[in-house]
Amino acid sequence: MNTAQTAPYDSPSVPAPDQGLRSPRRAQAQAFVSGGLTAAIGAVGLVLGLSAIFAQPRQLVISWLLPLVGVRFEFGPLGGFFVAATGAVSIAVGIYAIGYAQREHWARFPLFILPLFVAAMLLVPAAGSVTSFLLAWELMAAASLALVLSEHHRAAVRSAGAFYAVMTQLGFAAILLALVVLSAAGGGDSFATIAAHAGGISSGTRTAVFLLTVMGFGSKAGLLPLHAWLPRAHPEAPSPVSALMSAAMVNMGIYGIIRIDLQILGPGPHWWGLTLMIFGAVSAVFGVLQASVATDLKRLLAYSTTENMGLVTLALGTASMLSSYGAPQVAAMAMTAALLLILSHASFKTLAFLAAGSVLAATGLRDLDKLGGLARRMPATTTMFGIAALGASGLPLGAGFVGEWLLLQSLIHSPHANNTLLALAMPLSVGAVALTTGLGIAAMVKAFGVGFLARPRSAAAEAAREAPASMLTGMGLAAVACTVFAVAPILVGPALKHVLTALPTVGGQAAGPALGAYLRLPGIAGSMSPGLIALSLLVAVLLVLALARWGARHRPAAVSAPVWACGADSINAKMQYTATSFAEPLQRVFDNILQPETDVEVTHFAESQYLVEKVTFRTQMADPVEQRLYTPVVRAVTTWSQWVRRAHPGSVHLYLAYGAIGLLIVLVVVR
Amino acid sequence: MSESSALAYLATAMQVLAVLGAAPFVVGGMRQIRARLEGRAGGGIGQPWRDLRKQLRKQQITPNGTTIVFALAPAIVAGTTLLIAAISPLIALGSPLDPTADLFGVVGLLFLGTVALTLAGLDTGTAFGGMGSSREITIAAMVEPTILLAVFALSIPGHSANLAAIVSSSADNPGRLVSPGSLLAFVALTIVVTAETGRLPVDNPSTHLELTMIHEAMVLEYTGPRLALVEWASGMRLTVLLGLIANLFLPWGIAAADPSVLGVLIGLVAIAIKVAILAGVLATVEVFLAKLRYFRIPELLAGSFLLALLAVTASYFFATP
Repeated sequence: MNTAQTAPYDSPSVPAPDQGLRSPRRAQAQAFVSGGLTAAIGAVGLVLGLSAIFAQPRQLVISWLLPLVGVRFEFGPLGGFFVAATGAVSIAVGIYAIGYAQREHWARFPLFILPLFVAAMLLVPAAGSVTSFLLAWELMAAASLALVLSEHHRAAVRSAGAFYAVMTQLGFAAILLALVVLSAAGGGDSFATIAAHAGGISSGTRTAVFLLTVMGFGSKAGLLPLHAWLPRAHPEAPSPVSALMSAAMVNMGIYGIIRIDLQILGPGPHWWGLTLMIFGAVSAVFGVLQASVATDLKRLLAYSTTENMGLVTLALGTASMLSSYGAPQVAAMAMTAALLLILSHASFKTLAFLAAGSVLAATGLRDLDKLGGLARRMPATTTMFGIAALGASGLPLGAGFVGEWLLLQSLIHSPHANNTLLALAMPLSVGAVALTTGLGIAAMVKAFGVGFLARPRSAAAEAAREAPASMLTGMGLAAVACTVFAVAPILVGPALKHVLTALPTVGGQAAGPALGAYLRLPGIAGSMSPGLIALSLLVAVLLVLALARWGARHRPAAVSAPVWACGADSINAKMQYTATSFAEPLQRVFDNILQPETDVEVTHFAESQYLVEKVTFRTQMADPVEQRLYTPVVRAVTTWSQWVRRAHPGSVHLYLAYGAIGLLIVLVVVR
Repeated sequence: MSESSALAYLATAMQVLAVLGAAPFVVGGMRQIRARLEGRAGGGIGQPWRDLRKQLRKQQITPNGTTIVFALAPAIVAGTTLLIAAISPLIALGSPLDPTADLFGVVGLLFLGTVALTLAGLDTGTAFGGMGSSREITIAAMVEPTILLAVFALSIPGHSANLAAIVSSSADNPGRLVSPGSLLAFVALTIVVTAETGRLPVDNPSTHLELTMIHEAMVLEYTGPRLALVEWASGMRLTVLLGLIANLFLPWGIAAADPSVLGVLIGLVAIAIKVAILAGVLATVEVFLAKLRYFRIPELLAGSFLLALLAVTASYFFATP
């Protein structure tokens, strides 16, 4: 059988052509300054964020910085939590970027923007007023757009940049509208004033603000149906930038939802929670389904971000809904789950994108169908990606397990006082979370097993070499964070407790789950201990290995031998499964949702139609939501623009006529 | 959870040893039943033990190009299974490890083993390894929703997902076991366990036909001592899961959280009888079943998902506060 597969996306190529102008030493110094500055800003953010979590809330007003309103910062536990998370991600990414920027020959511009982007991201959760928030938000959006476009000489990057620019600005418009309405109704610019007057805001205004913020912040968090920028922008951006965007920037969308809809406007009516749950569940399942059939490593990770943000939103919705039904303890569990999921996602997604960046830098490949065999060539990077993949799959010993466990516990322990809505919503949510986990495992096994194990599927993968020390250090830091969330969530317990106390509307004052050596749930006989699971599993594996020594003295010396080549002379790389073939059963099972375009072409020999000369198989995975929802909108806008364009053909006479007509109309109206 | 007594530790150790020792006999017994029903003489109940002994004495052969993933996967599968055996209330309720992992944790450990073997299958870089891994992981992904929903249904009456709490709650209220929720959960879990342990109609453990095999394709490159571990682990998995199902739905005979010597012995005999009966039934039913076409399996699993969903909603609506 002769099988040819074409990748639907062009793989990244050579470094930018504008290089060679700087001396290597100068480039090295610049990379060092930029990466070091990024890490330093991140460290400051981490320290400030932690102190904000544990200290009394403080405010800082710089009135001269912005005319009329000034800039206002607020250091509270919730903002501090997101500042600290962003700071921690930035430290790892900054150190990694030192090596990455040299290896990939970054131009001066992205080196300059990288620390700026981190600073802007830190300002968003620190902002204490609507104006400052919007300013920081827009700064973050603009900086990230500039970074996405750093390899603008490639057409795919430009297209992704355009997509991202439009979607992020539409999201900004929704947020702008919502916050302006909110501050008008709340009688002030600062969040504290609005929160104090939140009780007097009419329900119509609240509903409008809720819907607009869910749309605007949801598009930043990558929730369906506004997720389409993620799988485009994340793969095309340089990997450290993808890590920052995917592990830190998307969290800002979640922060916005928590801050505006849960903290300031909460507790919302039942349907707010339900809306969030539906958005979350649909995003999680759709994201993971796309991830499980994706063949581009970074696109897979981007869809996994949609999946994880969906799970976080599902947890937020559960917390909101349970709190509105008077179950603050279980709501606090769901909220803790949301916070833990944010942290664990930040750690494993940083690590995953950084490891993918190492692979990209070493091979120039993102296409899993062409990778493979990296475990022997890049052992450290492979280990790092393995830790990240384990975290993303939500299995025990992985970073994501504790958060998902808490989410499931809060779903199954919701009070069931003959409430039909809860009785249907909770089991379906458990099903959605479980399907997400199951498919997430499949996606991560594929990414790790096909991308890193087995035999190299291309010459580039065969020639891969290990990443430099700075890149490994950055990844190492993220791996440490993953391990902490996997086996010792006790270390973040006190911080989460403080953040929860600042969220009274979702049961923050109730006794939440106790994150000790054993995770204990309030009022429920249930417990789990990730650290002890890890320890006892280690003991069990050692026991098994000892058992396998039984009979060892009868054995001949161990040898290594070629694998069975199914009767052929020797095995070659084409015989193994690729990412596409690995995911083919899933693709078939979920055919209705994924709607892949597959095309099998059989060429026969001229002599006989019974003999096959060649079989060509093509499959194209487009995002069905994107095709169904975006294509018509884009087409309508294009048609409309074409129509409007006819009005300005470039004739000055015509423009003068327009001016005259306009003036006449104005005169008529004014008179 | 109070401090467990020395006997509770002993009971847990016995659970692990019993699973280790009995797993090959369970597999051998099932093969023997199948052989007799098909009119063959069969190799006897002890044949899997003899196979293990033979394989453990063979030469260790590592396929070229494989990594530590391939070398460690059998130990991880066996290790997770042993850990599940230590956590589960098989002989006595009060396992000292019970609070470390609830049923969600146990399911997670089960999948950890599955993932280790799928990665090993991919690590060999052969067509069969990848094929088996791809099929196995697809089934695992679709099994997960059913398992977790069944866990949900089981945890409603006892208000806890910890295994000891579920089992003792149903032992105290046997009436709940015949409730619609419990029965639906039983059927759903049974289907899921057959899928997870690679039994008919999902996978045929005795086939090496390339078009149909799932689990066997994945482990095709294993030989000698590592193959012994793989086979032992798959037998242990079957034994533990059968024991778990037996005690979740027929909790009689299990020793209390603070057991006496007699209680532990009764518990051991009770679980042995229950697993033997379940294994016998499973083997007998398998004789009359044909393997499902691979792409019909999702339909079976979707059906079991529906049953589990009904189990949960039934428990919600019929719950006695």
